[in-house]
Amino acid sequence: MNDLEVRVRAICQAHENNRTRLMDIVNAVQNEFGYVPGCALDAIAKECGTQRVAVQSLVSFYAFHSELPKGRHVIRLCNDIVDQFQDVQAVADAMVDEAGVPFGQTTPDNLLHLEWTPCIGMSDQAPAAIVDDVIFPRLTPAKAKALVKALKAGKSCAELAGRTGDGNNSHRLVKSAVHNNLRLRGDVIFADYHPGSGLAKALAMSPAEVVRDVKTSRLRGRGGAGFPTGMKWDFARQTDNRNKYVICNADEGEPGTFKDRVILTECPELLFDGMTIAGYATGSAHGILYLRAEYAYLKAFIEDLLAKRHKKGLLGKDVAGKTGFNFDIRIQMGAGAYICGEETALISSCEGRRGDPKNRPPFPAQKGYLECPTIVNNVETFCCAARILQEGPGWFAQKGSKGSPGTKLLSVSGDCEKPGVYEVPFGIQLQDLLEMVGADHPAAVQIGGPSGSLVGKAEFNRTICYDDLATGGSVMIFNQKRDVLKIAMYFLDFFIEESCGYCTPCRVGNVLIRERLGRFLNGTAESADLDYLTRLGTTVKFMSRCGMGQTSPNPVLTTLKNFPDAYRSRVKERKDKFQPTFDIGAALVDSQALAGRKSVHF
Amino acid sequence: MAKPKVATASLAGCFGCHMSLLDIDDRILKLIDLVDFDKSPVDDIKEFTGPCRIGIIEGGCCNEENVRVLRDFRKHCDILIACGDCATMGGIPAMRNTIPLKECLDEAYLNGPTVYNPQKILPNDKELPLLLNRVYPCQEVVKIDYFLPGCPPSADTLWQALVALLGDKPVELPYELIKYD
Amino acid sequence: MSTTIKMTIDGKEIQAHPDQTILQAADAAGVYIPRLCNMKELIPHGSCRVCTVRCNGRPQAACIQPVADGMVVESNTPELTEHRRAIIDMLFVEGNHYCMFCEKSGNCELQAMAYRLGIATPRYPYQFPHRQVDATHPDVLIDRNRCILCGRCVSASRDVDGKSVFEFVGRNSHKRVAVNAESGLGATALTGADRAAGVCPVGSIIRKRTAYAQPIGQRKYDHQPIGSDIEAAGQK
Repeated sequence: MNDLEVRVRAICQAHENNRTRLMDIVNAVQNEFGYVPGCALDAIAKECGTQRVAVQSLVSFYAFHSELPKGRHVIRLCNDIVDQFQDVQAVADAMVDEAGVPFGQTTPDNLLHLEWTPCIGMSDQAPAAIVDDVIFPRLTPAKAKALVKALKAGKSCAELAGRTGDGNNSHRLVKSAVHNNLRLRGDVIFADYHPGSGLAKALAMSPAEVVRDVKTSRLRGRGGAGFPTGMKWDFARQTDNRNKYVICNADEGEPGTFKDRVILTECPELLFDGMTIAGYATGSAHGILYLRAEYAYLKAFIEDLLAKRHKKGLLGKDVAGKTGFNFDIRIQMGAGAYICGEETALISSCEGRRGDPKNRPPFPAQKGYLECPTIVNNVETFCCAARILQEGPGWFAQKGSKGSPGTKLLSVSGDCEKPGVYEVPFGIQLQDLLEMVGADHPAAVQIGGPSGSLVGKAEFNRTICYDDLATGGSVMIFNQKRDVLKIAMYFLDFFIEESCGYCTPCRVGNVLIRERLGRFLNGTAESADLDYLTRLGTTVKFMSRCGMGQTSPNPVLTTLKNFPDAYRSRVKERKDKFQPTFDIGAALVDSQALAGRKSVHF
Repeated sequence: MAKPKVATASLAGCFGCHMSLLDIDDRILKLIDLVDFDKSPVDDIKEFTGPCRIGIIEGGCCNEENVRVLRDFRKHCDILIACGDCATMGGIPAMRNTIPLKECLDEAYLNGPTVYNPQKILPNDKELPLLLNRVYPCQEVVKIDYFLPGCPPSADTLWQALVALLGDKPVELPYELIKYD
Repeated sequence: MSTTIKMTIDGKEIQAHPDQTILQAADAAGVYIPRLCNMKELIPHGSCRVCTVRCNGRPQAACIQPVADGMVVESNTPELTEHRRAIIDMLFVEGNHYCMFCEKSGNCELQAMAYRLGIATPRYPYQFPHRQVDATHPDVLIDRNRCILCGRCVSASRDVDGKSVFEFVGRNSHKRVAVNAESGLGATALTGADRAAGVCPVGSIIRKRTAYAQPIGQRKYDHQPIGSDIEAAGQK
């Protein structure tokens, strides 16, 4: 057995050779060696009693895992559309210039590897990059060049992180240059909160009463889908399985959202209270916080808080003195897969598998994590629940609008003066929001991230709520200089990359949509292509298996609907019945070079 | 009234589709009553004499001459039919599409197990049409009006399609006539 | 307790057992709902989406969705046929399907589905992907050019053979079937007699030396569309 295998075995044993903790095991191997070599696949499989190919299945799925060595520092530069419009390309060029290798490659000395990564939750401080779990926000070409230079000189990322940001970003366990940009505090999430206060009120009631209060508050899921939280809790409560699970979805991957990051930084106690309340209400003893890999810089801080809650008796046995109510929370780190924000994919990932969504039914509340009843809620949802228990369901229900009680956190980015997090009452008019954030000549606003819709000026009078413009929180503002089709293309590329590949329409359909949308951008589109895109998008929407697939053609479908001129103005009609996409010159390049002569016919 | 004209060509194909057309047996006499052939290997007319009602294309485009001929057909024919799997999906020639052109040539002329080429000559006469980087199904080069799959499409498939088109009727093939092999 | 429930498929009232899926209930009633990844003896995978129906108005995969009393299912509608054609088209252009020499031609379920739906050629451009062939096993071959990622081999090997020889690796359009050995199929525990070697709906996993056994005209789908057996049973 070689040294690497010995160390891999030790990692497995530290996780009790538990097959279901494969994510943690592989994350640890990846962190230690910088990749997961073939012999590690075999070693892990042997230790955990599974198949090599099952380990490979997981490793090959996540963007932060690698089967090949990538270099000591992996520089992941965010290529989100907001970063692109803030000239991330110039930053990238500076990095390439200094590193001497293009993106996707490793320096010959195996020191640096450059790669693009989708939204890392820093759209309000773009362009941004992650290196060795350290966030480098607000990059400029000069800063990027200096960063690469310093890494080459042997400096560590921790040394290079720069001045720490506001609030807990300066905490000794965070020490990050990230800024909260918390622009507007409402009274649900960002009001003062004494840890344990909502929980104490909950524990004074019966679990059924807690569920009743959450139902009465009419709280709906804050992740985007808007399922009534009380109903979900009730399903799980009514199952008679001994093991139940409460999972918090902190896999905030929807491009343009970063509000959970600010909750996790500034009011994590509210979240932990909410999760603990959910545990009490549903009869669960186990909580899991699924934290996206991009937020690994917050892990030590959160772990420390959890340990402190243990000491205070707010976690563990007989929580807050409530005899018989035991509850614990563990952190499950993700590894760079947007699809894991889908609740059943997230459960797959927690179970130590690739992040494929599961077939439904059964629903997680009946059969979820390890086949046990499981509730999965968004970070913000748990926070709302804790506040509801503290202040009362009536207090909460009267806020916001009729069908959408409470407040909503919005992550605002793009072309505006004051990007950041805003806690607004539901029902706010988009126009009012745009004024509040100092939007610069807004021409289009992406509401709800790529899976939501891009709306134009004519719809700025619409309101943000479940019944009109529904959103998990992402609000990206684009001024009149931004090309709507480039925005759609970026989002489509994002979905193509992040598709789990399970079902046909999402895996294949979006690749085909990209080809056709590309024709509008490269000047070869004809009017029939409008119909082609609409039909293809409709099929992907209708036939896809999970929520991601069903919304993945939205960037194209909503722009076709709301910005038809952006498409029509690029259509060219041709009479020759030749395919404008066929380029004889390009098709002959290889041949001319090999034959050393020009075309005979063209 | 003059009979409608039909033109045919085999691009990157094996002439199997043309053989299948000849396989309509005695119906070929009826076909001659129905149409005149213009540019086609059937009558060896090399260039179009004028506009045609129907063009039948066998084979996809593997070289620049295929593209020129296909575009010529598109210019001269009201209706263009992609006939057979090579025309509709590239067929066997398209198996090279996942291999770089140089590797294909090296395998064919230098390294293949049955190659005898001591002088290591790659054919490169100046009149040889240049190969395209890959094989293109016909619909990627010009607009195609009808597709007849099959390797080759059966004589019945070709006959039914032609008769329908010449009678200005839609081409509706029964289950047994849509086959990909 | 009632052991049967009533529901309708395309307006036809049928009876079903409460533990059936829509697909199972439809099969039993002689109504064929097109499907590809589904196979009777295996756990439904729900990946191809061909069996998508409107269930009380909402799209659902018939192979996954359990029946319910009073359920209204629409399957044979122009809308759904169009979506199914689109899915079949996608599968054809996604891989490299050379039917003209494929050992499975005439017995291939993907090809048969295209025939049944009357597809002359896919409406989408061919992707011509680069895929691997693995012929290292003495009795079984994998040609990934033809793979439609239906998961039958994965499930059969895991759940029937108890070997887990196959598993999916990678994601998005790079997803593929991998085998449980670095050097290829020949180094796995698979045998030619395994169920996993015989469940592939297309010609991606085939037993060696068994090809072209039936002449053209005598193959499974040469004359009768796929699903005819289910429909014929319903006529009786």
